[in-house]
Amino acid sequence: MHVSRRGFFKVCAAGMTGSSLATMGFAPTAVLAEVRQYKLAHATETRSICPYCSVSCGTLVYSMGDKSRNAKARIFHIEGDPDNPVNRGSLCPKGAGLLDMVHSPLRLTHPEVREPGSNQWKRISWDEAFDRIARHMKADRDANFVDKNDAGLTVNRWTTTGFLASSAASNEPSYLSIKVMRALGVVAIDTQARI
Amino acid sequence: MTNHWVDIKNADLVLIMGGNAAEAHICGFKWVQEAKHVRRAKLVVVDPRFTRSAAVADFYAPIRAGTDIAFLAGVINYLLENDKLQHEYVNAYTNAAFLIDPDYGFEDGLFTGYNAEKRSYDKATWRYQMGEDGFAKVDPTLQDPNCVFQLMKKHFARYDADAVSNITGTPKDAFLKVCEMIAECSAPDRVMTILYALGWTQHSVGSQNIRTMAMIQLLLGNMGMPGGGINALRGHANVQGVTDMCPFTANLPGYLSAPTERDATAEAYVAARTTKPLRPGQMNFYGNFPKWWVSLMKTWYGDAATAENGWAYDWLPKPDGSYDVLAMFERMHQGRMNGFFCQGFNPLASVAHKGKVSAALAKLKYLVVMDPLATDTSEFWKNYGEYNDVDPRQIQTEVFRLPAELFAEHEGSFTNSGRVIQWHWKAADGPGETRGDLEIIAQLYTRLRDLYAKEGGALPDPVLNLTWPYRQPTRPSADEVAREVSGRALRDLTDAAGNVVVKAGDQLAGFAQLRDDGSTASGNWIYCGSYSQAGNLTARRDNSDPSGLGQTLNWGFAWPANRRIIYNRASCDPSGKPWDPKRALLRWTGTAWGGNDVPDMRPNAAPEEGVGPFIMNAEGVARLFAPGMIEGPFPEHYEPFETPLARNPLHPDKPEVTSNPAARVYKGDMELFGKADEFPYVATTYRLAEHFHFWTKTSVINAVLQPEHFVEISEELAAEKGIGKGDVVKVRSNRGEIKAVAVVTKRIPVLQVDGRKVHTVGIPLHYGFKGETKPGYITNTLTPFVGDANSQTPEYKAFLVDIEKA
Repeated sequence: MHVSRRGFFKVCAAGMTGSSLATMGFAPTAVLAEVRQYKLAHATETRSICPYCSVSCGTLVYSMGDKSRNAKARIFHIEGDPDNPVNRGSLCPKGAGLLDMVHSPLRLTHPEVREPGSNQWKRISWDEAFDRIARHMKADRDANFVDKNDAGLTVNRWTTTGFLASSAASNEPSYLSIKVMRALGVVAIDTQARI
Repeated sequence: MTNHWVDIKNADLVLIMGGNAAEAHICGFKWVQEAKHVRRAKLVVVDPRFTRSAAVADFYAPIRAGTDIAFLAGVINYLLENDKLQHEYVNAYTNAAFLIDPDYGFEDGLFTGYNAEKRSYDKATWRYQMGEDGFAKVDPTLQDPNCVFQLMKKHFARYDADAVSNITGTPKDAFLKVCEMIAECSAPDRVMTILYALGWTQHSVGSQNIRTMAMIQLLLGNMGMPGGGINALRGHANVQGVTDMCPFTANLPGYLSAPTERDATAEAYVAARTTKPLRPGQMNFYGNFPKWWVSLMKTWYGDAATAENGWAYDWLPKPDGSYDVLAMFERMHQGRMNGFFCQGFNPLASVAHKGKVSAALAKLKYLVVMDPLATDTSEFWKNYGEYNDVDPRQIQTEVFRLPAELFAEHEGSFTNSGRVIQWHWKAADGPGETRGDLEIIAQLYTRLRDLYAKEGGALPDPVLNLTWPYRQPTRPSADEVAREVSGRALRDLTDAAGNVVVKAGDQLAGFAQLRDDGSTASGNWIYCGSYSQAGNLTARRDNSDPSGLGQTLNWGFAWPANRRIIYNRASCDPSGKPWDPKRALLRWTGTAWGGNDVPDMRPNAAPEEGVGPFIMNAEGVARLFAPGMIEGPFPEHYEPFETPLARNPLHPDKPEVTSNPAARVYKGDMELFGKADEFPYVATTYRLAEHFHFWTKTSVINAVLQPEHFVEISEELAAEKGIGKGDVVKVRSNRGEIKAVAVVTKRIPVLQVDGRKVHTVGIPLHYGFKGETKPGYITNTLTPFVGDANSQTPEYKAFLVDIEKA
């Protein structure tokens, strides 16, 4: 006997349970198919924005896991956000491939250093990376900081280390980067917005 | 964008020039289609390539890369000659009537005050005549020979249709057809929008390309109108926001002009930037500069910034020159830099003249790359055969690579091209040990701060006194920083009667509440109010649109002041009635401005007060004559630095004005410009629908869609050079060569220019030696190291190459 999925639910709604139907040797194909549940129904939906072009399309990011402390969420689907007034649910060929960027084989997963003259990367800890970079910065700043120019004017600038800011960063890290760089006296600051 | 994405649907004519929205801004382009289908708007595309935007256009006109000013100046001349102006708008809302110094002049391609040795202008004569009352003099009849209107007429008279066609290669009839379509929009109830992108900015005359268009929009009365404006379709999803934060040497957050060596004291610095109205009764918004700047300094230095110490003015670095990206790599190339940070930036691929960039990086002591993905830059020292032929043993740079989170792995805000700030939430942790940009910066800062506290060193004060009020000092939250950017009251703020209007510690409602006495803090005045006492307004998700115009005022927050269309006062006539009642943004209600947008005007400024709509200008009106520009107050056509003509057809006997006479060119780079006899073809770089910059080459599906580097040439050039479809070709400029697959199409027009035939080679830029795509050369191996005179954006869009079968 063949019963369609919809028909099966109608039968259930009429008062019988699926399991009792099954014990009666009544196993519709829809019951078997039901083993594979609709993934999105159990996903956590997070509102985000495509990071590519400046249309900044709204996206819905679907991840497995409920964001509880010990559940490691994994993103498995990204689509356009139908509520967003600009893209109204659509994504372009770039944005439609976002999932592959999130899981790109070229994602960096740990800090590393390439020593002078070396031909390879060496994995290091975050602590070592931060400490070594901070040391470099301090050494360069202390050696090359200019407090006054030739005319005696206070200029307090550090010209020998530069910072290129990302246009893909969110506003908050972008602002914080500028705040720190200006406080250090860095004047060589620019961004992708220039090019 | 002065307007925004959805507003494109309100246009009657859409001009796409200097961009290719159908492929580069695909989901924004749907609003062009909406305008076409619903409003019966027309689409005109002017481009060196027959792009997919052109494929759905009502009219397409080809143009030689790098000649947009000639084309647009021709449009201005057409409008003036045929009296296709929105007269009332031009008279009331532009500086057409202003009188200019009689000593100002223009001759043989140069404006008055040129210094050939310095390649720069003394702008002393580019100024208004001032009356005894302290205001600029005007002639409302527009008859005075020194008024802007008359000077403009004279300047553009040279750009007749024949001259334009001769320079641009656009057939004369096609040019005139575009002129006619644009001219129809001089009617007060017909509006044109312009969508442009890097095809206008990436030229040695980039800023003037855009300015010429801005003049057209003013002459047509389209600025401030729904469906109008000047609309830069920008790069990344947050390029607008990052620009607003101003990671630039010359600006502090919110476009505040940063101090230089010319500003000896805080008083002098502030005074030089606090403008005075140039006409009676104008808003002169830059008169508020001290409020914005003091609020920034209080945000950064808190109690350590006092009126007595000039709000810690000494702690702001004063640069000794330019430090834009080209200048930085020039300094690095000269061995004058030791350290360099690349935050989500791939300069080896994206900056001009890869050979120079690579040699410069090799001179660094340390390079820090913070990125979610393995970039070409992070491995500039590694040998990738012909694609990156370097010897690692010779490169002594210590390179750190720090794994950062992607967009979906942290929360924060992005600002779209239409200035709408939108919050995004975190969906998952990044892979492995990735960390967020906020934490990376905070870790570096707090460690440096500890080192300076313990060991001392060069000027520790600004490092030690920087405010750092975050609950977890090494992990500031995006929410905390967003509050800081928006701003709060440091003391109770009282009104004139002594009533408390904002309590100490409360978030501010907007920049109108900022003060210059140290009682307010705001990290970026134009974002002030985006996080008010009502909460984080950038996270608002009410997409209702009662206006029907697509304004959605409760979706996110648009800077400034949640205004969706800037200069919107100009959408009404001087008496306060909308130019087009069917598309009404605002109107004067008798007591206040009201309508479908936040008024860009003092809310109670009655029309009879005559307050001009361009409130950021001290004149109150827009500038057809703009002395702020580096290479002239009016736009002039100059050839790209690598020109196929070897002369400027407008000034054939004046080699000094062949190319932009005020553009900065470094020693060594001038010599590297190629000449047409060796490199006869015009090259222009471009983007594909399937790729985004150098980013999507790391994404498998995009690599499958467009797997391999190619160059696009016409059938005629292919036949001439014996190149077949699919052949591997070698493309050479005077700075290097690349190999790619030849795509032979009908999409690249062959043009007749100045009595000769000009071929174009189109080169997509998305490839490199790191990626899921096939390994390829970096396109910017070819491009010249020269930028726009105003912005220093490199000239990627017009240079010379030769091409042959490899």
